[in-house]
Amino acid sequence: MAEPAAVRLKDMLQKDQILSAGHRMCAGCAAPTVVKLMGMALRGPTIVCEATGCLEVATTIYPFTAWKIPWIHVAFENAAAVASGVAEAMTVMREKGRSEYEHVDVIAVGGDGGTFDIGFGALSGALERGHDMVYMVYDNGAYQNTGIQRSGATLPGQETTTSWAGKVEPGKRQRKKPLAEIVAAHKIPYVATVDPYHYRDFVQKFRRALEVEGPAFIHAYSPCPRGWRSDTSKSIELSKLAVEVGIHPLFEVIDGEEWIMSSPSKNLKELKPLEEYWAFQGQFRHLKDPKWDDFKNQVQDQMNHDWELLKKRCGIE
Amino acid sequence: MSEKFDEIPMAGNIIEPGNAMKYKTGGWRAQRPVHNPENCLWIKNGTCGRCWIFCPDMSVRLVEKDNSRSYEYDYDYCKGCGICANECPTDSITMESE
Ligand SMILES: Cc1ncc(C[n+]2csc(CCOP(=O)(O)OP(=O)(O)O)c2C)c(N)n1
Ligand code: SF4
Ligand code: SF4
Ligand code: SF4
Ligand SMILES: [Mg+2]
Repeated sequence: MAEPAAVRLKDMLQKDQILSAGHRMCAGCAAPTVVKLMGMALRGPTIVCEATGCLEVATTIYPFTAWKIPWIHVAFENAAAVASGVAEAMTVMREKGRSEYEHVDVIAVGGDGGTFDIGFGALSGALERGHDMVYMVYDNGAYQNTGIQRSGATLPGQETTTSWAGKVEPGKRQRKKPLAEIVAAHKIPYVATVDPYHYRDFVQKFRRALEVEGPAFIHAYSPCPRGWRSDTSKSIELSKLAVEVGIHPLFEVIDGEEWIMSSPSKNLKELKPLEEYWAFQGQFRHLKDPKWDDFKNQVQDQMNHDWELLKKRCGIE
Repeated sequence: MSEKFDEIPMAGNIIEPGNAMKYKTGGWRAQRPVHNPENCLWIKNGTCGRCWIFCPDMSVRLVEKDNSRSYEYDYDYCKGCGICANECPTDSITMESE
């Protein structure tokens, strides 16, 4: 019998948490909350395979671990490959009578650097081979653990230590890689975007990801006060705002074909201006200079365009 | 770590789930959350719990016993981020300087 997902407070309080206190993520980091919500969706025995990055490093500083479920550290680029192997091994062990479990869920976790960039080949391969696993990226918009380097997930206008803002550059110029779309183009059974503020939506989607046969992908937004130069108390508010300005729209894609916009995004009358999102964060502070007005307008136009396109895909007028 | 070399688990495996609890992070805190039960929805009717749900350090304790509810922080681990105070819909949490 599968354990139910915990979506209501009463059920959440009853369910075993998968991450303990005593981890050494920065104060106010959203990633442990993302993991907590992932845990609320679990249905039974689960193994997590995690690429290096803040969450991996700071939850498992030897000889301690904050994880309460089986967890394996892998290299930076191969979380999806290791998870493929674990999923297949568990199936074979059961067939040979060497595992007592009817079924074991396998989850790969990577940061945006580990997923959008360096682990992308391994991810694409795992999706194509069709292993029964969930891959979750926690996206904090840069290689935070090594000192805030730009990644494929870094936003236009965002300052990092490899996309400095200054006299001639407004931070990163390029757009963010549309990873959820690229993953959906692999025609896998399930893709969804989530954020910790909308926690019920998060848990329900993660549960669906576990339940489908074959690979599923979850793109979780994960504010990082250290790298974003934002107040530690604002991380959850920022994840809400990211949805409201359209940077992280919430949707699901079934079999790479059926696009469904989720209520928090669907219920928006219109997007809030990006300005409101930038205002909270030191990493966009330079954009206040009127010399970047043209650049800002371009970024806002692009955002509006992407939003209209997404609405069309989801069949919304 | 006090184990002898032949007592360390093979391959550096950590075999005690959640033993990070032995490492207290409360000392990181510059501000502490203080709870006022008067308008708190958990105390009133057992709902809400947003502070508990969002706390990244599992430091909010919502306790229910014999139909009465209480609320506390685990200051051994709370890092004082202020997320609970920021997300509380009834302004029941204030951050005070340590
Ligand atoms: C092959 C390899 N290159 C570089 C590193 C160093 N390294 C460790 S964590 C990290 C950044 C991870 O960034 P991301 O995946 O976005 O996770 P975050 O730390 O931001 O949560 C890097 C570059 C490594 N461990 N392995
Ligand atoms: S640097 Fe950012 S992502 Fe890493 S632990 Fe700190 S807040 Fe979290
Ligand atoms: S201040 Fe932060 S760490 Fe402390 S209880 Fe509130 S949310 Fe948790
Ligand atoms: S968020 Fe506020 S109202 Fe809700 S349970 Fe916590 S203290 Fe009470
Ligand atoms: Mg990152």
